[in-house]
Amino acid sequence: MQYIVRSPEAEHATSTGLNNRKLLMWAFLGSDAMFFGPLIATHLIYRTESIQGPIENVFNIPVTTISTFVLLMSSLAMVLALAGIQQGKMGMFRFWTAMTALLGMVFIGFQMFEFTEFAHKYGLTPRTNLFGSTFLTLTGFHGAHVTVGVIWLWSLLFASFRGKVKQENSLDVEIAGLYWHFVDIVWIVIFGVIYLVGAYGVEERVLNGAHALAGLGG
Amino acid sequence: MATNIAILRRPLDPTGAWAWITTVDHKKIGVLYGLSAFAFFILGGVEALVMRLQLAQADLNVVSAATFNQMFTMHGTTMIFMVVMPAGAAFFNFLVPLQIGARDVAFPRLNALSYWLFLFGSILMNFSFFTGSAPDMGWFAYAPLTGSTFSASSSVDYWILGLQVMGVGTLAAGFNFVITIINMRAPGMTLMRMPIFTWMTLIVSFLIIFAFPVITVAITLLLFDRMFGTNFYDITAGADPLLWQHLFWVFGHPEVYILILPSMGIVSDILPTFSRKPLFGYVTIVLAGAVIAFLGFGVWAHHMFTVGMGRWATSAFAVATMAIAVPTGVKVFNWLATMYGGSIQFKTPMLFALGFISLFMLGGLSGVMHAVVPVDLQHQDTYFVVAHFHYVLFGGSIFGLTAATYYWFPKITGRMMSESIGKVHFAIMFVGFNLTFFPMHFLGVLGMPRRIYTYAPDMGWSGTNMAVTIGAFVIAASIAVFLYNMVRSARVGQPAGANPWGAATLEWSMESPPHHYNFAVVPTVRSQHPLWDEEANAVEPPPLPYVDESSIHMPSPSYWPLLLALGVTLVAGSLLVWQAHAIAGLTMGAASGALALISVYRWVFEPPVAAEVAEGAAAHH
Ligand code: HEM
Ligand SMILES: [Cu+2]
Repeated sequence: MQYIVRSPEAEHATSTGLNNRKLLMWAFLGSDAMFFGPLIATHLIYRTESIQGPIENVFNIPVTTISTFVLLMSSLAMVLALAGIQQGKMGMFRFWTAMTALLGMVFIGFQMFEFTEFAHKYGLTPRTNLFGSTFLTLTGFHGAHVTVGVIWLWSLLFASFRGKVKQENSLDVEIAGLYWHFVDIVWIVIFGVIYLVGAYGVEERVLNGAHALAGLGG
Repeated sequence: MATNIAILRRPLDPTGAWAWITTVDHKKIGVLYGLSAFAFFILGGVEALVMRLQLAQADLNVVSAATFNQMFTMHGTTMIFMVVMPAGAAFFNFLVPLQIGARDVAFPRLNALSYWLFLFGSILMNFSFFTGSAPDMGWFAYAPLTGSTFSASSSVDYWILGLQVMGVGTLAAGFNFVITIINMRAPGMTLMRMPIFTWMTLIVSFLIIFAFPVITVAITLLLFDRMFGTNFYDITAGADPLLWQHLFWVFGHPEVYILILPSMGIVSDILPTFSRKPLFGYVTIVLAGAVIAFLGFGVWAHHMFTVGMGRWATSAFAVATMAIAVPTGVKVFNWLATMYGGSIQFKTPMLFALGFISLFMLGGLSGVMHAVVPVDLQHQDTYFVVAHFHYVLFGGSIFGLTAATYYWFPKITGRMMSESIGKVHFAIMFVGFNLTFFPMHFLGVLGMPRRIYTYAPDMGWSGTNMAVTIGAFVIAASIAVFLYNMVRSARVGQPAGANPWGAATLEWSMESPPHHYNFAVVPTVRSQHPLWDEEANAVEPPPLPYVDESSIHMPSPSYWPLLLALGVTLVAGSLLVWQAHAIAGLTMGAASGALALISVYRWVFEPPVAAEVAEGAAAHH
């Protein structure tokens, strides 16, 4: 064994060359995927098990397509925000960070609209049936993730005005970006697997649900 | 601003209790984990003794059936989440940075947060004892039994919320150790030169970050059912009665590897030292650990053979379970081969390591028996299963952790533990253990169900149960000897010196106890056995260059991990208050939520090394 004295800069060098906090975010996202996994699986297992409606017939696919598009665009804005800070263009960074957060808020607005619509028009709440429980819990947790992201982005923006976020620590933005893109990808899965697949052939299943209900004498 | 409020000014050089409360030093955090785990070990042990008193004879009435249910639930939950896991974490914390040549873990404040969340979550759950009823549904809390229809009291809520708080801490620790081991190794410390204990820590940390989210989902859904009226586990709404079992065991089986792999790592480090021989088959041991972890995610339904999953699913899980025994066997053979031909020294750590191998093997054998489905149909929910999991959990995990205590105590405290008392401890514990748990196999085969609070005199179980109860008290006596040995040795034990066992790994290259900055200069590693190679080649370690201690900046202590953990725990508690009194609960929730949020913000904008320290050191140069 040999001893070496490392310079202070070398002390911050890592074994893989990857930054610790960036690696932390990757590990967290892997773990978070294992959080959404069972929620999505539970929903899929229960897809045909509700003994009373309403089920996927409540979906308004055109409206959700728009909100999905909004969230996708927010990912694009996030990319531009990161490019901005990496090039030291603070104006560009601030504009696109604000855009990302705003688009995220629009998405949340859509979701709030959707949830109220479900409740008022169809009487669907988390207590109504299995569909309500699983769907609203899953999308609710997704919405919570988006909300955290929005708060994070506004914080970065404000911190940049106080000079705490600048080109040298563009990594802070990059990590927030990783999170944001991940949350976006989860939504794509939800939209594909739960909205599109779920809405397919839903009329027949409403009938099945009615049969099941009749079978229970309810 | 708040910075100017004295109490919230950053603690720079606290002393006494404050040094522990605000610490971010991995060694201190390791000690805190260890002490807390030992305290909970006593608590869980007392719960076990209450059960054994009640079962000593037929038709006894030491405690009521309801109390008995609380005892086995809290005993199991305590031993798993508040004893074996944190005791493992104690050694991860103390040793991993030393073994890989790092000054600390990757995220010291996150590390402190993990500890406080574990402690507060455990306290929250145990608080239920003061509300009249502790959780009483068994440590795996099967829904629908745990839904509000069948478990109306708040005890299940305490269990869920306590576990939730602890779980967040565990996840944070998992992330921390993954990053630490991947990213903080000294130059030359390649992955394939790491001590096996560090390897097993890495694997366990991966298991944690992939398995804990699943239990988080399971208990969150249960909480929603209980508090907000959702239907996840409500059979009358069409829910599947097996949903909980699947979610729980998808987590639960990896969890048993989270409990055993640290001890496997411990033993793999101890055997070479006391056999004076390198570990046999280093690469196979590492690979076997990784394979076990991987397969561990695909065998969960062997806990559900009796629920009627259908022939195909049942067969598939039976085969997968048998397959997982193969890498486990590989490890055992490697350990035996390590000792073969070595000059073995029977020091106390070695005795416990040997105890681990033999007892764990017995537990593994009864485990493979359960994999044979027709046999399992007979074993399920009998004392045979109780015997099995105590052989692996106590004979395995606890014996391994005890070996670790004897082995690393000198490094941690700078003093040796008494060998003679240690041998007495081992003898009593080994005998007591087998007297307690071996006869349980017979009881199980004779049909005694687990989780019954009493039995009729004509069942033919009375004599065996009496033996088991006596064994339990013998174990209790051995724990008293252990405690005495630790307390005594910490005060009057022989000074240990740097490397009392002549071990090969990096943590033995520094004085005991180590400086708070671990390595004055970061070592460069050239092999799996840096210290032995030095010895063999008679290489004088190069003279230590003079290092000005004040030029080493370690992360400064901080209040925020503690306060954040407190905020999170009180938010969980406010849900319980809310159930009883809406306004009070909401007020408490808002206040504690604010505490948590403020802590997060202060933490984020607080530099890891306090500005005063960094400036002071700069002025020094
Ligand atoms: C003094 C030593 C111990 C004694 C006498 C003891 C005894 C018992 C007894 C009587 C039960 C209840 C069995 C039933 O009725 O189903 C039990 C359950 C259990 N024990 Fe232990 N135990 C000891 C140590 C440990 C340790 C060290 C661990 C873990 C590392 C552990 C883990 C468990 C678990 C997981 C359960 C199942 C709890 C449940 O049914 O929910 N025990 N033990
Ligand atoms: Cu298992």
